[in-house]
Amino acid sequence: MMASSYNAKEEDGHIAAASTHGGAPGVVKSKKPDNTAFKQQRLPAWQPILTAGTVLPAFFVIGLIFIPIGIGLFVSSNNIKEFEIDYTGVDINNPCYSCAKNFSWNNTTPCLCSLPFTLEQPFESNVFMYYGLSNFYQNHRRYVKSRDDSQLNGDRSALKSPSKECEPYRTSEGAPIAPCGAIANSLFNDTLELYHIDINGTRNEIPLVKKGIAWWTDKHVKFRNPGGNDNLTVAFQGTSKPVNWRKPVTELDPADPDNNGFINEDFIVWMRTAALPTFRKLYRIIQKKPNTTPTLPSGKYVLEITYNYPVLSFDGRKRMILSTISWMGGKNPFLGIAYITVGSICFFLGVVLLIIHHKYDTRNTSADIPS
Amino acid sequence: MFRKRPPPEEERRVRANDREYNEKFQYASNCIMTSKYNIITFLPVNLFEQFQEVANTYFLFLLILQLIPQISSLSWFTTIVPLALVLSITAVKDATDDYFRHKSDNQVNNRQSQVLIRGSLQNEKWMNVRVGDIIKLENNQFVAADLLLLSSSEPHGLCYIETAELDGETNMKVRQSVSVTSELGDPNNLASFNGEAVCEPPNNKLDRFSGTLHWREKKYTLNNQNVLLRGCVLRNTEACYGLVIFAGPDTKLMQNSGRTKFKRTSIDRLMNTLVLWIFGFLVCMGVILAVGNAVWEREVGSLFQSYLPWDPPVDNFMFSAFLSFWSYVIILNTVVPISLYVSVEVIRLGHSYFINWDQQMFCSQCNTAAEARTTTLNEELGQVEYIFSDKTGTLTQNIMSFNKCSINGQTFGEGTDPLEPPPKRLDFTPFNPLADPEFCFYDDSLLESVKVGDLHTHEFLRLLSLCHTVMSEEKSEGELLYKAQSPDEGALVTASRNFGFVFRSRTPGTITTTEMGRPVTYTLLAILDFNNFRKRMSVIVRNPEGRIRLYCKGADTVVLERLHPCNQELLNITSDHLNEYAADGLRTLALAYRDLSEDEWEAWAESYRCADKAINCREDRLAAAYDEIEQDMMLLGATAIEDKLQECVPETIAILSLANIKIWVLTGDKQETAVNIGYSCKMLTDDMTEVFIISGHTVQSVRQELRRARDRMIELSQSRDGVKEEGMGGWGEACFMGNGFRDGQGRDGEGGRGKQQLQCPPPQPPSNLMDNISGEFALVINGHSLAHALEADMETEFVSTACACKAVICCRVTPLQKAQVVELIKKHKKAVTLAIGDGANDVSMIKSAHIGVGISGQEGIQAVLASDYSFAQFRFLQRLLLVHGRWSYLRMCRFLCYFFYKNFAFTMVHFWFGFFCGFSAQTVYDQYFITLYNIVYTSLPVLAMGIFDQDVPDQRSLEYPKLYEPGQLNLLFNKREFFICIAQGIYTSIVLFFVPCAILSNATQANGVPLADYQTFAVTTATALVIVVSVQISLDTGFWTVINHVFVWGSLGLYFTIMFALQSQTLFRIFPNQFHFVGRAQSTLLQPVVWLTIALATAICIVPVLAFRFLKVDLKPQLSDTVRYTQLVRQKKRKPAGGSVGGAGRGVGSVSEGRLGARGGSRRSGYAFAHQEGFGELITSGKNMRLSSLALANFASRHSSSWIDTLRRKKHSHTNTPPTTTASGESSPAPSVVSGSVPPLSNSSSLLGGSQDTPIEEETATAPTQNTQTAPPSSAQASLALAPAASEAAAPHGSALNADVLTCTAVRSHGGESPGGWTITLETVQEALFGRRAISTRVAAANSPGPPSVAKETRQIE
Repeated sequence: MMASSYNAKEEDGHIAAASTHGGAPGVVKSKKPDNTAFKQQRLPAWQPILTAGTVLPAFFVIGLIFIPIGIGLFVSSNNIKEFEIDYTGVDINNPCYSCAKNFSWNNTTPCLCSLPFTLEQPFESNVFMYYGLSNFYQNHRRYVKSRDDSQLNGDRSALKSPSKECEPYRTSEGAPIAPCGAIANSLFNDTLELYHIDINGTRNEIPLVKKGIAWWTDKHVKFRNPGGNDNLTVAFQGTSKPVNWRKPVTELDPADPDNNGFINEDFIVWMRTAALPTFRKLYRIIQKKPNTTPTLPSGKYVLEITYNYPVLSFDGRKRMILSTISWMGGKNPFLGIAYITVGSICFFLGVVLLIIHHKYDTRNTSADIPS
Repeated sequence: MFRKRPPPEEERRVRANDREYNEKFQYASNCIMTSKYNIITFLPVNLFEQFQEVANTYFLFLLILQLIPQISSLSWFTTIVPLALVLSITAVKDATDDYFRHKSDNQVNNRQSQVLIRGSLQNEKWMNVRVGDIIKLENNQFVAADLLLLSSSEPHGLCYIETAELDGETNMKVRQSVSVTSELGDPNNLASFNGEAVCEPPNNKLDRFSGTLHWREKKYTLNNQNVLLRGCVLRNTEACYGLVIFAGPDTKLMQNSGRTKFKRTSIDRLMNTLVLWIFGFLVCMGVILAVGNAVWEREVGSLFQSYLPWDPPVDNFMFSAFLSFWSYVIILNTVVPISLYVSVEVIRLGHSYFINWDQQMFCSQCNTAAEARTTTLNEELGQVEYIFSDKTGTLTQNIMSFNKCSINGQTFGEGTDPLEPPPKRLDFTPFNPLADPEFCFYDDSLLESVKVGDLHTHEFLRLLSLCHTVMSEEKSEGELLYKAQSPDEGALVTASRNFGFVFRSRTPGTITTTEMGRPVTYTLLAILDFNNFRKRMSVIVRNPEGRIRLYCKGADTVVLERLHPCNQELLNITSDHLNEYAADGLRTLALAYRDLSEDEWEAWAESYRCADKAINCREDRLAAAYDEIEQDMMLLGATAIEDKLQECVPETIAILSLANIKIWVLTGDKQETAVNIGYSCKMLTDDMTEVFIISGHTVQSVRQELRRARDRMIELSQSRDGVKEEGMGGWGEACFMGNGFRDGQGRDGEGGRGKQQLQCPPPQPPSNLMDNISGEFALVINGHSLAHALEADMETEFVSTACACKAVICCRVTPLQKAQVVELIKKHKKAVTLAIGDGANDVSMIKSAHIGVGISGQEGIQAVLASDYSFAQFRFLQRLLLVHGRWSYLRMCRFLCYFFYKNFAFTMVHFWFGFFCGFSAQTVYDQYFITLYNIVYTSLPVLAMGIFDQDVPDQRSLEYPKLYEPGQLNLLFNKREFFICIAQGIYTSIVLFFVPCAILSNATQANGVPLADYQTFAVTTATALVIVVSVQISLDTGFWTVINHVFVWGSLGLYFTIMFALQSQTLFRIFPNQFHFVGRAQSTLLQPVVWLTIALATAICIVPVLAFRFLKVDLKPQLSDTVRYTQLVRQKKRKPAGGSVGGAGRGVGSVSEGRLGARGGSRRSGYAFAHQEGFGELITSGKNMRLSSLALANFASRHSSSWIDTLRRKKHSHTNTPPTTTASGESSPAPSVVSGSVPPLSNSSSLLGGSQDTPIEEETATAPTQNTQTAPPSSAQASLALAPAASEAAAPHGSALNADVLTCTAVRSHGGESPGGWTITLETVQEALFGRRAISTRVAAANSPGPPSVAKETRQIE
């Protein structure tokens, strides 16, 4: 229809126009747009084009960078020594079979089993001892969120009334659980001890360092005991231990107040959830001896396990891993291979494209445009 | 907004000067409110409106889902932050808009008007004016409300208004008060006026009003003629008084301010489809993962319960799966990010600003910059395939210039040799003080001839100064102002003025001129007026010496056959000249005179008077009388007038057609004029294979002509196809490939296989450009043929024929037909259409086309108001389409590709992770990252690309119009491209998940701590993602301005900054529960393994893309790639661009030569007499002259008011001439009526009751006598005639009007009393508030002649 989208402004605009028409000619304001580079879309610009001159060298450069890196990574990864042993006890021949089978949550006496193994090669330098779990879904959404970081950070009110996220491990028998939540509740509580059996058959316990296994920020920022580290029993009074735990949080490491309560490093390590259902977590460090002998000489060893942690019910596996470390971390052959592969592909692509370019290129000869 | 709505009114009763009485009815006050909100209602109302958007509701739904703890896989803020941002951006925009509306409302509401309160005039604000008040309006004031005109300062209660605000027509209209009130006059009488008006309730019909005035126990009928509508401006009237009937929101203006139809672009529609698909995809993924969850919970989860029991309401795996579905819907929703719509709007807004800012689309003459009035259509400008253009005012300037003439066999006027420098413009001032300084003429030999005193030249110029209907106004001595009804006439009279034969003034009986400085007064004996059949006009004058002479000017065909036989030799020379002029595209007229003896004159005058007084067939008899005397004339010569094209029109059209845009000219003009313009603007060329002319009058003949044209085309194109069949193969494929629009084209009915080729032949190899031109066709179709062609059964036939042509010209079309043609193409071709026009008659087509462009700065604002883009000159169209449109399309496509890519890359990682986390809807990333990814980390670079990217500079896209083609073929973003983007995104997500997964699962830090924890994984993946998408946008960006640099680098920087900030100890200490990731950034990003992972993932993601793109550019370069490359090479070589510009450049070059390029061969009659008839009578009656003038004396005695009388009767006969009521169905196609086979489309016909009679030519010949009208002149002419009359501020006599009424009531009996001599007569309704303005008049005038004449013209052309 007529006069659609009327607004009063246009009515006004007309008045203005009419007045300038009939009235004094005056200075009619020019509506000419500004002549700025921005408004006229003439901003100076870099206009890169994919030409043979830029793309092909890029491929070669990527190839030439990736291949050496890959080789370096591969070599250093191969130099790392790693030993892995499954102690779940699925197999009937496994010493832990009975412990695994007879496990019940109500057992008061811990079940012990020992697993002998042999290291073919000596492990130099610091050796890191991991426990590995498989098919354990630490990355499950409900699992991941089932914690109260305020409580773990020593917040007193959160200690008394943990977050709802902790359900169903929030309260036990009317008292708030500390630490609450499914993660804390499922704390890995096997104890692993390592013995070296020397040539004459004596068992020498290998000293395992249990501190320095957690992230620095976790240990010093994220986790804090309520009311400092002294007299934890008072601080945790009125809370109850997680359902699956055998001892309260205050007794995780009674000997060392810097490693007890929430700041117990085993606990902290557990609380850092894994990204994938198969994971390993650092358990202990076997420190390099000052003398020249290797940290773990080749030979026979026995792994003594206090079997507390049931995994068979969900078809999980438990492993113990010993590994040395290089500059880029532990054994990781994939990274090196991937780099070599990608580098080679790039190089290869570069060559192929170069051939194609030379064979089929149509416009190198002239800059004319077929139009 | 919240005004209480009273029950709908049945009728409105308004008593003057009685506020108490009127208040009972609670009529709306005159306060208008176009604003939507106030401070209190803003938030709720605005939010309510925003949540009516599907997207917003969807996100609200997600937000609600997230509040359910069992489902919530993300924190609530991941949705609410973007949603709030989007809502607030929109709200701010709405608020600003509304603020300005408030401001303008206030300004309007606070305007002052004079209200008659208790007998005295008081100043009141507009908003305080109430229904029933009497207000006084002064000249040039806006009408404050819909008023019933009571009295005015002019005689007979007349007043004049301009309705440009309402309908865009700039001519004036006359309104008259009811006679009883017109006598009231001064305020004192009016104060005691207590009449009561009873009328219809408020409605939006601008041309209708009915009511009754009750006063002193008498009833007076009120109609549209008595009301002044809000929005009109009072002109030429000192003051008038009116009774407020409708106020504020009830006024017709406000009732009409509906929202315009919302246009969507094809990209919009595609986007909506894609978004729907993505939703489907989302649901699929959700289902897959939910099934996975069911399986997992059954096989693993149920056993894992000792460590991770199910949440309380969950008791079996099925329920868990159900919840998991919703959880996944939440986390995967980012595939359709809320920011998509906002970003698209922002980009379009940016493009609109660039259009507004473009200096090269600024017209300095009219001080108008281009304006994007709609900000949502920009990218469609890059896809236009059809342009529908108006002619007058769009292609042409509507300025006529006297260019050449032939006098007594000698031709004068500039040569058209483009090589010579233009000769000097003649300076007339020393010769003639009365000369018009604006006049341009270049040939001084004519001036010499005048000075020498050549008799023929003098007679020639004398004729020009006498034989016309121009009115003059002489404000001061020598300052002449001509008011010509057609620009042609103005040009001719101005020419004679400059050459010394100055028309000074006229009275009904005399013409005063100044001939070579000597004042001469001729007695005007008769004006033998122009009409479309006569195609000529004559005057009979008696010179001071007493000699009687008839001067005639008219179409060469008509005049030349009425010459005295002794003119044969001169006739031959002159007709050669005429042909020459016509070939140059000039409009020609032949001039002749005849000496009359006193006896001859007397005899003829007698027969003339007799014919004039005839009641039946007056027109015919007059024509016969005219014909009788216009015989045996002596030829004087011929004139040639140039219908000036706008600047650079041929160049623009050439470039646009090189860009494969088909241009259709839809004009109301006559066929000859249209074809001539077609040639002069290079739409039609003599190189064209064939120009088909469809001018049949019956369905059968139109169908036949169409068939014949098509057969011929197939024949010709097959013979061409045979030659280069091989060449076509690949291109035909390209034409269909990836263009969703073109599907279904093959089903186009009978055209079948053979047509297929025709419909898609344009994309030929660029090297065949010249061949392409040689095989071009053009189609010219007449309005009445078009009416048949548009019928349902012939539609497809017409479309297939017309679309095979490179150029189509439709002449004599009505506004409605213009819209129908556009709709037809939209329907059948699925192509993007653009309509460009300048007048109210173009509004319908502007509104129905995908894109409407209005030419601003010319007549009226109606077209501009209806348009989506407006600028001042046609030539800006090439820049709008080829530069802005192309860029917009390119940018939008690149933006969308990248946007979908980045969101799929981002979101699909969750999908893969689902398989490793027990389908528990655990997210891969930190929740803050999810929140910020779309709105902070990746939004700005892609926005910068979407706004600033350019593949080739603007000059290049004008240089190579072929660059426009990808847009038309929809190549840059279609379903195929979309799937490629999606695939790339999914590939990236796979890489981004599995590479870190494989590496980190075994990796440890240098201190032995494993890196396989969830948080490290999250940080690594997120960082890799941000880097990959940044590299990708760097690859996509082709135009790196400072802003792009800042945004790309800034986004990366911002990512790291925000990450470090969010994972800092400070924040953690304050909210330990919210920031789990404390210290993660530092620890993770210090690890070389992490960086190696990121580098590896980036390389794997980017290398294939790079290789693919390189291959594409290297092996199958698009034209744009080549242009870019060439430019780079040129820059490097610093070589002048010179010769390397290829064929396209040549094409451009060839068209830029002179405006009237030499066109050999075809001879076309350039005759186009833009006259309207009726003026002769107007002049002789003296009605249009000031009352003070001499005319007043003759007024009563002569021809008492016959002119208006006849005019009205004529109008009556043409009730269905296209009214300019824009796009509504009200306009009716005159030609279709002429054809007689199309049912009248006019809605108004129902209103007319019994007198629907539409004069058909054949019928008028046998003239049914019950109708008074005898000839079918257009009503439009009548109203135009009325308008100048109005502007002359004369007062047609009341008696005239009364007489008029009598005739009308004789014609059709209409109920209703007419005590005051007024009744609601047909013509007053029809004549309406808004008659026709100049442009539509032309349409109507051109339309009105019936088939016979048209047929004749057609034959002439053939």
